Amino acid sequence: MAEAVLKLTDLRIESIHGVVLVDNISLELKRGEVLGLIGESGAGKSTIGLGSMVYARAGCRITGGKVEIDGESVRDLSADGRRDLRGKRIAYIAQSAAASFNPAYRIIDQVCEMPVKHGLMSKAEARAWAVELFKALDLPDPEKFGNRYPHQASGGQLQRAMTAMAMSCRPDILVFDEPTTALDVTTQIEVLALIKKLIHNYNTAALYITHDLAVVAQVADRIMVLRHGKMVELGDTKQILLAPKTDYARALVSERKAADKLSVEAEAAHGEPLLNVQNVIGQYEHFIAVKNVSISVAKGETVAVVGESGSGKSSLARLIVGLLPRRSGSVRFGGKELPPALKQRSKDELRRIQFIYQQPDIALNPRQTIGEVIGRPIAFYFNHPAAEVKQRVAQLLTQVGLPEDYAKRLTTALSGGQKQRVCIARALAAEPDLIICDEPTSALDQLVAEDILKLVKKLQDELGVAYLFITHDLGIVRRIAHRTAVMLRGEMVDQGPTPKIFSPPFHPYTERLLSSVPEMRTEWLDEILTQRARKAV
Amino acid sequence: MRIFGYKPTASAWIGIAIVGIFVFAAIFAPWIAPYGEADSVSDTWSPASADFWLGTDNIGRDLLSRVIYGARTTIGVALVTTILSFALGTTMGLLAAVSSKAVDQALSRIVDVMLSIPLLVFALMILSMFGSSLGTLVLTIAVLDSTRVFRLARSVAINIVVLDYVEVARLRGERLPWIIRREILPNAMPPMISEFGLRFCFNFLFVAGLSFLGLGIQPPLADWGGMVRDNARAIGFGLPAPIWPALAIALMTIGVNLIVDWILSINARPSGASAEM
Repeated sequence: MAEAVLKLTDLRIESIHGVVLVDNISLELKRGEVLGLIGESGAGKSTIGLGSMVYARAGCRITGGKVEIDGESVRDLSADGRRDLRGKRIAYIAQSAAASFNPAYRIIDQVCEMPVKHGLMSKAEARAWAVELFKALDLPDPEKFGNRYPHQASGGQLQRAMTAMAMSCRPDILVFDEPTTALDVTTQIEVLALIKKLIHNYNTAALYITHDLAVVAQVADRIMVLRHGKMVELGDTKQILLAPKTDYARALVSERKAADKLSVEAEAAHGEPLLNVQNVIGQYEHFIAVKNVSISVAKGETVAVVGESGSGKSSLARLIVGLLPRRSGSVRFGGKELPPALKQRSKDELRRIQFIYQQPDIALNPRQTIGEVIGRPIAFYFNHPAAEVKQRVAQLLTQVGLPEDYAKRLTTALSGGQKQRVCIARALAAEPDLIICDEPTSALDQLVAEDILKLVKKLQDELGVAYLFITHDLGIVRRIAHRTAVMLRGEMVDQGPTPKIFSPPFHPYTERLLSSVPEMRTEWLDEILTQRARKAV
Repeated sequence: MRIFGYKPTASAWIGIAIVGIFVFAAIFAPWIAPYGEADSVSDTWSPASADFWLGTDNIGRDLLSRVIYGARTTIGVALVTTILSFALGTTMGLLAAVSSKAVDQALSRIVDVMLSIPLLVFALMILSMFGSSLGTLVLTIAVLDSTRVFRLARSVAINIVVLDYVEVARLRGERLPWIIRREILPNAMPPMISEFGLRFCFNFLFVAGLSFLGLGIQPPLADWGGMVRDNARAIGFGLPAPIWPALAIALMTIGVNLIVDWILSINARPSGASAEM
């Protein structure tokens, strides 16, 4: 089977303003082969994925190159011919399955729609095939699963249903665009394993787009490293992981490896207690999000709270700052009891706890300049005159590694990493004792996230500020947290110094979390699955 | 030429020209109008001539001069009304969006009740109760119109209030007026500006309509709606007198709409169409 089923030759995609998004990319894909596309955001991964279906997003144009599916040049086809091809021969699986399903229709109807529309199967045949796919994808109660509406399925289930939808026409090529990025680590494993099995069973070719090397290592035969729309390196998975040839690929691999290592200096620096939360219960209208949780943070210490989405870690943070009213328990800060609601707290109490958000894009007002954003807390809390505020803003900008003249720019003129630096500067402007960081790096690219973490650490050394660090990324926890708390369904299941949490004997849930983090070995997925299967028996 | 950094389309230029001419006429009415606003200068409904370009009205006043002065009152009243209605509607709408559920519910339900009564009936009721002085007229229309502005402002602001930067301001301990003014209002402005043009049109037509019914601007002040009414009987004699003020109303509405269309298209402009679908 030497014949390539998908062949891109010098594919070139530009934005309507003439920016080159994909710069002469060529690739070949054989039946049963998986090619991983890896790179940071803006590398052109998704654009290539869609480009292989000769589809360009709004604002983009395919300006050159050839796309061949089974030797047939797709760019020469009419719009109708292309539409006929999509779904039938080549199918796309998007990152957010929840956004890809129409909430008003049952899942089965959406999965069966394509083969029926393309005239490949009758309704009954399509239904039977969908059920078979649900079975292959290990969905609960495959006969009846399709009768659910999208909101009645979990994120992992929807992602699998979406894979079933893509498989519904038995296409030759599947394009996976970050299919597990939005999932929790424990769910990610299951989905990864099933995707792998499915590709293998049906001998489908696949493009697998992701930013996580460890994930792609599990499924891909070959890896293409991309940067700024250009190919940096192409090679066998093992070669890329073990002996990358280019500097950029080396940087990617070593950063990812650093995430696996346990930090040496993360020792418990337990000093004077700063924040002391005792047996709090936090409740949204009818839902208890935080159940009887206790946690403490000492001066200059970093405490990490980890857990999957929905585990209540963000709710705990909101409870501490007073956004989520607490039903019982106490929150003491600097030896004084904090009132439960935000409105009852004094200006100084508010000043001493600052918050950094996950998405810097919406944490900064797009109509304000950076100088206004950082200057406001200084003027608000300390009543400094304008000249002094300006001076302090410049000082803070330097501290977070941004040029002083950025103060005049609008917040929209910055990149994601720079925006997060501005958010950090804004938090520091209040001269707080504690900064609560809610997943501050999870919306950023790997290398950028790395820089932000270094900055956070540096600022702690310089200013002695304490952090309550909320994250789902265990790699981050290991490197920066002195102590770690693990949450599951609103409860705190494990707590202690980080080195202790990350070494045996483990709490069973912590172990499950830990073992679910993909490692940079191609055999990892198979090993972990056999291990778990053995345990289950 | 560019306006606010955007190039107006051809139709936008037409709109700008129409509105520009009327606004110019309104501002400089005493200098450009050939005769006084209320001066009876000729016979009833004399035809167009070199002296009276558009002829005269039912009591012999020069129609051209009346149309020019009419621009002043009609546009002026509509503009003041719209500004008042936006000040009131936006403030209340943003307040409802950031305040507690109880405040939001109270304000929204009051607005719903007002919206459930037909605008014209409501206005006729109030104006016949309090008399139609210029002040009452402006205030009545402004309050009634603000309910529509409230709806838009609230729905725009509700999507902004949930963003993290508003929460940052709350966590900082900022007071409500500051949050509304500095964090929410600047981001709510673009849709509000285009709505302003549309509401201006509605108010403008509404003022003209009320005047036509005799409850709007009172004589001897010239206004386009009232002029149509005064001269309506001329139609029976095959005379064009009521056409001119009616045409002015139509032109002004079209002109503002053309501009608003353009502003809306800037706000909703996609980043570019897909070339290869």
